[in-house]
Order: sequence, then C-alpha cells, then structure tokens
Amino acid sequence: MTPPRLPQNRGLTAIDGAMALMVILLIVQVWLLSATLESFLAGHREAALPAVIISALLFLICLALYLFVDQVDAEVRRH
Amino acid sequence: MPWFRRPSSQPLWKDEFSILTADERYVNRRQLTKFLTLTSLGMLVGNLWILVRSWLYRAPVYPATPVARLDEVPVGSIKIFSYPGPREACILVRTSAESWVAYSQKCTHLSCAVYYARQANRLECPCHEGYFSLTDGHVLQGPPRRPLPRVLLERRGEALVAVGMDLGDKEA
Ligand code: FES
Repeated sequence: MTPPRLPQNRGLTAIDGAMALMVILLIVQVWLLSATLESFLAGHREAALPAVIISALLFLICLALYLFVDQVDAEVRRH
Repeated sequence: MPWFRRPSSQPLWKDEFSILTADERYVNRRQLTKFLTLTSLGMLVGNLWILVRSWLYRAPVYPATPVARLDEVPVGSIKIFSYPGPREACILVRTSAESWVAYSQKCTHLSCAVYYARQANRLECPCHEGYFSLTDGHVLQGPPRRPLPRVLLERRGEALVAVGMDLGDKEA
C-alpha cells in the first residue's frame, strides 16, 4: 500500500496559490512599467519615483512569495 | 552558490533532476517561481532606469535654424529637414500660401517615419496606421497615444526658421 500523499498535495496547492499571486503582481508591474515609460516620454517625469517605489514593493512581495515556495518545497521534500 | 538556494543535503543535480515524479512537480514550480521573481526584478530595473533618465534629463536647447525657403515648398508639398539635431527628422507641410506646419517625423508609437497623406490631409504612419491631425498633431486614430511634437516656425523674410518644439504638453 502506498503511503498517504497528503503533505505533498497540500504543499502543491500552497505553491500554486503563491504562483497565481506572483503572476497577478507581475501583470501589474508590466502595466506600471509601460505606463511610466509612456508618461516619461510624454514629458511627465514626476511619475518616475512613485512608480519605482510601487515596483520595488511588488518585487519584494514576489521575492517573499518565492522564499515561501522554496521553504514549502524544502519542507515537503524532506518528508 | 546558486541564487537563494536553501542548503540541502542533496547535490544540486539531484535536487533539480529528481527521480521521483512527485518531487519533479515541485522542481518545475520552484523553477517557474524563480523565473517569475527574476522577471519582477527586471520590471523594477526598468522603472529604475526611467527614474535615472528623468534625473539626468536636461531641457533640450532649440537653436533658431532656417529650415526652408518659401519658394522651395509650393502649396500642398512638403520638405523633410532635421531639427533640433542632425538625426531628428521633421516634416514641413505648406498648407496654403501663408500657412505651414512642421512636426517631428518620428511616430510617437514606435518611431516609424510619418508621411503627409495629401488626399486625407493628415500625417500617417505606415507601420500600424496611426493617423495624426495636420492642424495640431493630435492622434486621430491608431495605437499612438501622444501627439506628434510640433516644430515652432517663424517666417523671417522669405525663409522659415525653426525656433522651438512643442511636445504636446508642458515642454516648449
Ligand atoms: S509606429 Fe506609428 S503607428 Fe506604430
């Protein structure tokens, strides 16, 4: 009889959720970059700094999610 | 040491190429999340690049430059000239005996060269069919979102002299 695989599946669900969130954050970041570029080319340079701050925040969330995924992965595979 | 890799009892090749199918699903996902994080970093770098460019920005100097003699541009015809630098092509259109307009020839979408469509009386970009008004350079249709930068012209005797650029918002 095969041993129950519950932790594996739970880990996968958590990782899938984190990945979905990362994709959403990335879409926002892509939009932010294109909007900032467009406004920079139109002569509005004041938008650049807030855009960097928001983009850095989104990146940090992505990084945290990656570390979370890495941790879940390490934990589940240790079992 | 690979980027943000947790210390593992396994060598890297065993970690990344597991013989267990169940583990492989984790490897794929971990690699994808790493890729997504790096892409996110790329977006941040892009925003930082824009910030640095905006800090280094210096308002361009627009010298008064003769661009055409009136007798060389008959009504309804055009002349291509460079302004303010030798690599910035502009298009001058003489709309009537006493009126003329000039714009940067670089489309504000992806920089293709716009041309004067005489029958439609507008400036057209052949790349993605972006159309601009001949009157003030605003976008009539297509993907461009910004108007064409306008060259400010002055008549001095029989010559037309470029004296500045109107970028469509606050720059002049
Ligand atoms: S480059 Fe002009 S419309 Fe795309």
